[in-house]
Amino acid sequence: MNNSADIIQSALNPAAVEAAHIARLWWIFFWVTLLIFALVTLALVFAFVRHARDATSEPQIIGEPDARSQSRTAAVVWSLVAMTVAILFALLIIDFFTGNKIYAAPDANALGIKITGHQWWWEIEYQNPQPSEIVATANEIHVPVGKPVKFELQSVDVIHSFWVPNMHGKKDLVPGHPTTTWFTATRAGEFRGQCAEYCGEQHAHMRLVFVAEPAPQFDHWLSEQKRSAPEPASDSARRGRDIFVSRQCVMCHAIQGTNARATLGPDLTHLASRKMIAAGELPNTRGYLAGWILNAQVLKPGTQMPPTQLGADDLNALLDYLESLK
Amino acid sequence: MLMLMSCKREERALVTQSPSLEMQRSRYEVNVASNGESARIKTWFDRNSWSMAQGKQLYDAYNCVGCHAHGGGGMGPPLMDEKWIYGSEPQQIYGSIVYGRPNGMPSFHGKIPDSQVWPIVAYVRSMSGLADQSAANPRDDHMKGPLPPSSVPESTPHEVSLPNSAEQPR
Repeated sequence: MNNSADIIQSALNPAAVEAAHIARLWWIFFWVTLLIFALVTLALVFAFVRHARDATSEPQIIGEPDARSQSRTAAVVWSLVAMTVAILFALLIIDFFTGNKIYAAPDANALGIKITGHQWWWEIEYQNPQPSEIVATANEIHVPVGKPVKFELQSVDVIHSFWVPNMHGKKDLVPGHPTTTWFTATRAGEFRGQCAEYCGEQHAHMRLVFVAEPAPQFDHWLSEQKRSAPEPASDSARRGRDIFVSRQCVMCHAIQGTNARATLGPDLTHLASRKMIAAGELPNTRGYLAGWILNAQVLKPGTQMPPTQLGADDLNALLDYLESLK
Repeated sequence: MLMLMSCKREERALVTQSPSLEMQRSRYEVNVASNGESARIKTWFDRNSWSMAQGKQLYDAYNCVGCHAHGGGGMGPPLMDEKWIYGSEPQQIYGSIVYGRPNGMPSFHGKIPDSQVWPIVAYVRSMSGLADQSAANPRDDHMKGPLPPSSVPESTPHEVSLPNSAEQPR
């Protein structure tokens, strides 16, 4: 199994059309500035060497420079100034064209995904004109390779920033001011996103799992996500469901197909299908899930998830139920 | 000097120890032995603006607004006046939330954990000015109130014609 914690987030390892443009621009800047740095360093070394050579010889009385050497100095200085301006302009023009390509309006048929920032997790909603076809999930985004995806970003509390470096640059989620960003993934893989605007105590633990996959696989995933939660199969899982809907869980979480319909916390309808919990902080295993339920404040101090009082049997039943939510 | 002022950060009520025993104890102390401990809880939460901000968020999230509105009341009694049917002390408000009250107030026992009830209590108290004014939220998260009269767009009065169905029967 792929452990998403091992994935390196890198803007220089592009997996989308937009990120490729940005990476190319970055490399152009890198090589140009590296070349200039090397030239300046060479000139500096040359000046040192010449000074050291002059110092060993007889001291000379330097008189007024003659008109010829004066005009030579002026020519060198002005040609260097002109070169600097020309290089800066060239970079500006390349930058402009890159920006033009990245921000070209997306396809009208782009897949629409609404992302809502919370302290400290991502609410994800796959848009559809049919309300019953809308898919709600959290902290894990799947997109098809080769199809433009348009993200509508908003926040319910403070400013967050959506950033999947392998896909595109950052875009802020501003409360009361919806923003958009869009990109087209070019290769399949599992990537990682990160909140890129300081948003409070657990800002560093506000991550997301980003999966780009071939269209058929994506369609299958989406149709699975549209289903309501399956009826629990075992007695233990049934008991777990009863605990879920009768205890404090139901105050914040939703599980489609049950009475749990609150929207304060992440939608848990397909919790077991997700790779990570706690906004990409912990692997979705039975042990971490149990710890998270009993006292999330130890794992992520400040999170809205309150501690829960549960006996061992109740906890096991609840875990059985949550693990059945594929 | 300005930088020094920001040195001490306000303490936050994060529950980091194992919940079970601690919580049962606090409930017991509030309901039975409500003397020194309740005074401590009262001063602590009423002076902690982070808790009050959390309480406000939870007040919205748990739909207290549905009956009490933003303090003005509706189906439930208003919370921003000085009238308290079941008392204004923190432990009394705690009791109202956790155990419910006759004629409508549901019991949130087992639904809202203690660590969240106390911040809600502090916020409820702040609505009628009972919490420490230096800690109470100085502004709202949302825009509110009508526009001042000078900002209301001008409109010309026009004749209202009633539909036939609205006419008085003869």
